[in-house]
Amino acid sequence: MITLTHKNKMAALLCGMSLLNLSLFALGGEMKNADSTKQNRIEIKDFAFNPQSITVKSGDKVTWINRDEEPHTVVSVEKQFKKSSALDTDQEFTITAGAPGTYSYFCSVHPKMTGTIVVVK
Amino acid sequence: MSDYISHDHEHDGIDRRGFLHCMAWAGTGLLWTVSGGVLASRTLAQIAKAGDSLPAATDLSFLQISDSHIGFSKDANKDVTETFKIALDRINAMPTPPAFLIHTGDLTQLSKPEEFDTFDEVLKSCRTKDVFYVPGEHDVLNDGGKLYRERYLKSVEGKGSGWYSFNKNGVHFIALVNVLDLQAGGLGQLGDEQLEWLEGDVKDLGADTPIVVFAHIPLWAVYPQWGWGTSDSERALGYLKRFGSLTVLNGHIHQVLQKVEGNVTFHTAMSTAFPQPAPGTAPSPGPMKVPAEKLRSLLGLTSVQYKQGKTALAVVDSNLS
Repeated sequence: MITLTHKNKMAALLCGMSLLNLSLFALGGEMKNADSTKQNRIEIKDFAFNPQSITVKSGDKVTWINRDEEPHTVVSVEKQFKKSSALDTDQEFTITAGAPGTYSYFCSVHPKMTGTIVVVK
Repeated sequence: MSDYISHDHEHDGIDRRGFLHCMAWAGTGLLWTVSGGVLASRTLAQIAKAGDSLPAATDLSFLQISDSHIGFSKDANKDVTETFKIALDRINAMPTPPAFLIHTGDLTQLSKPEEFDTFDEVLKSCRTKDVFYVPGEHDVLNDGGKLYRERYLKSVEGKGSGWYSFNKNGVHFIALVNVLDLQAGGLGQLGDEQLEWLEGDVKDLGADTPIVVFAHIPLWAVYPQWGWGTSDSERALGYLKRFGSLTVLNGHIHQVLQKVEGNVTFHTAMSTAFPQPAPGTAPSPGPMKVPAEKLRSLLGLTSVQYKQGKTALAVVDSNLS
């Protein structure tokens, strides 16, 4: 028979809390995936932003991920949001959409690459 | 393969087979020779084979290397440092060293200090010590070129974002920067300040002065759909059109392309790192992957040479494997 010592009880309690935290964390992740954040991903592939134009809600996050073997940047044409540093392969860059409006951006390394974010309420 | 010369049409001590044979290496470079205001280029391998004859017969020779991309480690070439070393070894093997080198940009892949460090360390093995640089877009990624300028403009009087000129043996060299402050939707760009400087830089030169311009992105519309051109290059060329000999040397596109327009010769050099696709032949201009055993042969695959007094280009396209 196993007797729960004070030490063991503490360990069991901590273990249970950890499991609880994990499940809460997972739930949070699912909730995060369920909202619009997941959709606001722009893939950089073959020297192009895909999708080239995206509509998001104010306050949403927008994330770019570079799938090319070439570094790219994300720079607002009118300097309306912070610019990224050079993104190497598989690196990401995220902004939070601000006031409603249309935001043009481009890659300052390969300026032929352009895209648009339309922010709505 | 025998080194015996079976066909020597040009009477230059080298035949096609011999030329292909000695092109079987990865790092590439071109030897530029100025004589009487006419530029000619030969591959390093040719020089190594041809002995002393070419450099001894000329007034000035220099060498162009390009697109080292130190720090790149993807499939197209997992060891660009090694192929850069091989290119330098070829320079060191030349019977008569070039007077100096020009590097037409993209020394590094990501502008990182440690990448510049590696570049500098490897370059120490080169017997030719004078090197003149222009930046590629990969050298100015996050700081507008500050680190590049601190390191690579020590021996010249850099203006603005790093452009300059110098004279060697009566030839006027102009180093231009067309990779900064690029505009959305546009191409490479020189900008008003640099163009005004250029106009003033050449205004007092005689029209018989041979002019060599070098910059990273091509100064002619190679393939604008891929950004392979410079939006305001026509204005620059307008200031230079009165000169009897104008040669424009670029990198960026990792392959040899040439165009001759009257007295102007445009030329792009191969990379020492990895090849890129021919214009429009791939979804994008990214690094071109080839089987490892084919890398060297591909890089050595296409070579072009000018010969003094000849307007036609000699192009060699062969699989060396």
